[in-house]
Amino acid sequence: MADVMSMEDIHATAARLNVDLSSLDLSSIRLPPAEDFGVVSDDEDLKGEESLEFEEGFANIIVVDNLPVVPKEKFDKLEGVIRKIYSQIGVIKEDGLWMPVDPETQKTLGYCFIEYNTPQEAELAKEKTNGYKLDRSHIFAVSMFDDIEKFMKVPEEWAPPETKPYTPGENLQKWLTDEKARDQFVIRAGTDTEVLWNDARQSKAELVYKRSYWTESFVQWSPLGTYLATVHRQGAAVWGGATTFNRLMRYAHPQVKLIDFSPGERFLVTYSSHEPSNPRDTHRVVINIFDVRTGKVMRDFKGSADEFAIGGTGGVSGVSWPVFRWGGGKDDKYFARIGKNVISVYETETFTLIDKKSIKVENVVDFSWSPTDPILALFVPELGGGNQPARVSLVQIPSKEELRQKNLFSVSDCKMYWQSNGDYLAVKVDRYTKTKKSTYTGFELFRIKERDIPIEVLELENKNDKIIAFAWEPKGHRFAVIHGDNPRPDVSFYSMRSGTNTGRVSKLTTLKGKQANALYWSPAGRFIILAGLKGFNGQLEFYNVDELETMAQAEHFMATDVEWDPTGRYVVTAVTSVHEMENGFNVWSFNGKLLYRMLRDHFFQFLWRPRPPSFLSPEKEEEIAKNLKKYSKKYEAEDQDVSLLLSEQDREKRRMLKEEWDRWVSEWKRLHEEEKLERQKLRDGEASDEEEEYEAKEVEIEELLDVSEEVISFD
Amino acid sequence: MRPILMKGHERPLTFLKYNRDGDLLFSCAKDHNPTVWFADNGERLGTYRGHNGAVWSCDISRDSTRLITGSADQTAKIWDVKTGTPLYTFNFDSPARSVDFAVGDKLAVITTDPFMGLPSAIHIKHIARDPEDQTGESVLILKGPQGRINRAVWGPLNRTIISAGEDFVIRIWDSETGKLLKECDKEDGHKKPITSLSKSTDGSHFLTGSLDKSAKLWDIRTLKLIKTYGTERPVNAVAMSPLLDHVVLGGGQDASAVTTTDHRAGKFEAKFYDKILTEEIGGVKGHFGPINALAFNPDGKSFSSGGEDGYVRLHHFDPDYFNIKI
Repeated sequence: MADVMSMEDIHATAARLNVDLSSLDLSSIRLPPAEDFGVVSDDEDLKGEESLEFEEGFANIIVVDNLPVVPKEKFDKLEGVIRKIYSQIGVIKEDGLWMPVDPETQKTLGYCFIEYNTPQEAELAKEKTNGYKLDRSHIFAVSMFDDIEKFMKVPEEWAPPETKPYTPGENLQKWLTDEKARDQFVIRAGTDTEVLWNDARQSKAELVYKRSYWTESFVQWSPLGTYLATVHRQGAAVWGGATTFNRLMRYAHPQVKLIDFSPGERFLVTYSSHEPSNPRDTHRVVINIFDVRTGKVMRDFKGSADEFAIGGTGGVSGVSWPVFRWGGGKDDKYFARIGKNVISVYETETFTLIDKKSIKVENVVDFSWSPTDPILALFVPELGGGNQPARVSLVQIPSKEELRQKNLFSVSDCKMYWQSNGDYLAVKVDRYTKTKKSTYTGFELFRIKERDIPIEVLELENKNDKIIAFAWEPKGHRFAVIHGDNPRPDVSFYSMRSGTNTGRVSKLTTLKGKQANALYWSPAGRFIILAGLKGFNGQLEFYNVDELETMAQAEHFMATDVEWDPTGRYVVTAVTSVHEMENGFNVWSFNGKLLYRMLRDHFFQFLWRPRPPSFLSPEKEEEIAKNLKKYSKKYEAEDQDVSLLLSEQDREKRRMLKEEWDRWVSEWKRLHEEEKLERQKLRDGEASDEEEEYEAKEVEIEELLDVSEEVISFD
Repeated sequence: MRPILMKGHERPLTFLKYNRDGDLLFSCAKDHNPTVWFADNGERLGTYRGHNGAVWSCDISRDSTRLITGSADQTAKIWDVKTGTPLYTFNFDSPARSVDFAVGDKLAVITTDPFMGLPSAIHIKHIARDPEDQTGESVLILKGPQGRINRAVWGPLNRTIISAGEDFVIRIWDSETGKLLKECDKEDGHKKPITSLSKSTDGSHFLTGSLDKSAKLWDIRTLKLIKTYGTERPVNAVAMSPLLDHVVLGGGQDASAVTTTDHRAGKFEAKFYDKILTEEIGGVKGHFGPINALAFNPDGKSFSSGGEDGYVRLHHFDPDYFNIKI
């Protein structure tokens, strides 16, 4: 409770305000009952939430038990020892070490309190020294001060936990059953976050749910689209529901910065980095892995930023995100991270390392998972000044058996690109030329699904071309490359199996001089957008790779993002708030027809809601593709109905607007007529402003310019 | 048709006004010399010299004999249109922003900016037939709105004054008593400073343009919102066609951002909208900076635009324009 006033204070205040206290009957004042004075707060967050961490909380204090009991003479020595141990871990506050003494015996009581600058340090100290052996009979038992109270409250007798009755949850995948088979997307602009339907037939977006201050930094869909995750100071939360968005679960993680879902959306990885209280130390990193459905922490990782910064090029404060990469497809079976000379692979049954140890790989700098199978691809650069070649190897998990290895010489850098079905792996290899002054690029193409994993080398026709972008066709056999040095680079398409030649890569075509620097395949394959972002100011070319023809060319000036919807029917180009002007997005059909646009100031994010994979078997899909006419008939008829309805509605709307306008005009005419005389008076009787004062007269004027006479002789 | 490029001003344009017959076009700019042009061929007739600061707006009497101008030199001047001689100078303690003759030309409304601690004000002055009898006294001074009042015009029969400015609010005042009669609805109103206001020919409705990237059409008597026109740019200038149901909006980004933005990004276009359906019809490009001023010829067959670039562009419509169907 707030301040308690003493009676003197009350008297003083009364005197100041000239109130005679004796005339007041204090007991007649009745406050409404209950602590909230009968006013129920409507802030649900306030009710549900545990109290926030306050500065004056005790989270930064630890209790160290099992210390030796020493007499007064030895007190200073013991204190010195403890201070030495604990000041290595963090900064102990001034007077932050307190060892109580029994007033009778003048001996210590065998425990002490240590107050650190930050809760993180206290936690670290607890972790590191719990079980510390001072000597054989004194093994430290360290606990957080805050926990003591909890320990005291443990009931003497065990009571079986209550089983809550089962309440069926909402259908979280209701959005997939939309009658018009529309897709949803989320946008974030200003302080508002909105989820909308893309109603392309009506050429507009329909609002599903809107909320201000929904998230404190960004939003993210889970990979199968079931949840929308928001990020807050206290942690992350996921939202979902049949018709609207309710909060389904919260994941406490103070100051969380980044989040990442596992591909099967069973787990959520959260990341935060904390300033050390000692500026010489590195940032402290905390990573939690939650079970998405239960909200339980499955495993946490803590350490200094350095431990998580090995390999990768470094994203947020030296850590390349995601730190943990998920493997084994949608089963979420394995996750791995790279460390110094090791790859640590964990499995999600027990959340421990496979075989209890990491895979040792000297100098490994990069790795990636196959998107579908538990196969790791590793890259180790050249060692010993070229004596030991660089290599790329494929490792099977959990057996840790090497499936294939390829040695590469005079390599400067490698980049790995998996095809979405895990059928192929392309490794872009930058090699030094003989003089070592420049580099050129080639590709090593692995056919993962074939026997013995054959490898093929592909070099561009012009070896010196720089590779600007590379992209596999999703679920397909083709890939596209933007290459070239000049301001208008070329775009080439290759196929891993074309016609009769199934075992060899072959070039399909090269498009010369394109204004493109990014490739966006439709998720259904076949169509691709060659986009010229940044320097090219938003040039777009919609290209059909089956027919090898351009379907449309367009421009979305200043576009920064291109996003295909999960079905490959529509594509969105957006200008986000990196630019000041033009913020908003355009929705295009797959063949490059602009359907509608929405403008929003301070536009931050556009994300399509992902769809889970289709349940149709490949045979069924093929059958549908073959008999597309039969299936599409129904939808074509629907489309026609909609467009008829639309034009009907449009006409009706126009008619209404026109009528309304005519009403205004006739009203104005009437008033204008009424005021006519008065207006005339204001103008000193001059006729009013209408046309009548003009009189159109046709005036014929003949002017004689010149008269001359000439005598014409008749001969 | 190819626009006629009228180069006479050395600084950004601020205001454009046709006389009633539509044969003369008056332009004001941040240089100190209002200029009159032949509205047909864009030939310069002359300038009005005497102001010592940017000229913010002007109005022309019904018989085209008197011109009134408001300037940042803290004066408003009445000029003889034909000779270009200043007939009278109203002195204020702060820059004069907007000027407007009443019906009958016996009154004028002049607004002054907030300046050195003085609040903005709306002054109503008598305009004498004979300049000899002219005095500087105000009939009425209205105060109240926060920030600059960018435009104040007369309502029907000179009974009201409509003002709009930096505080987003459109107000209707009683021109006799000085009482505030109406304020526009907060919900319906603009969300950012109102930059421009233009009346219809018959004075029954008016159009306001605002930095909130929209223009709104209002009934002048009830102050009811009739239409809203959304654009992608802050709106600096608005005009309504007297002939067709079209409105024109001009604007662009801030002058300070011009040099850092691509000319295509700036969108210095005059945009045409269908007045009733509020749908965009088309645009007229050309200026190398935001458009600050727009005016329709009273015959509705040409219009002119004035830009931050110091040019006035005079556009005569092609015959196609009159058959636009949407």
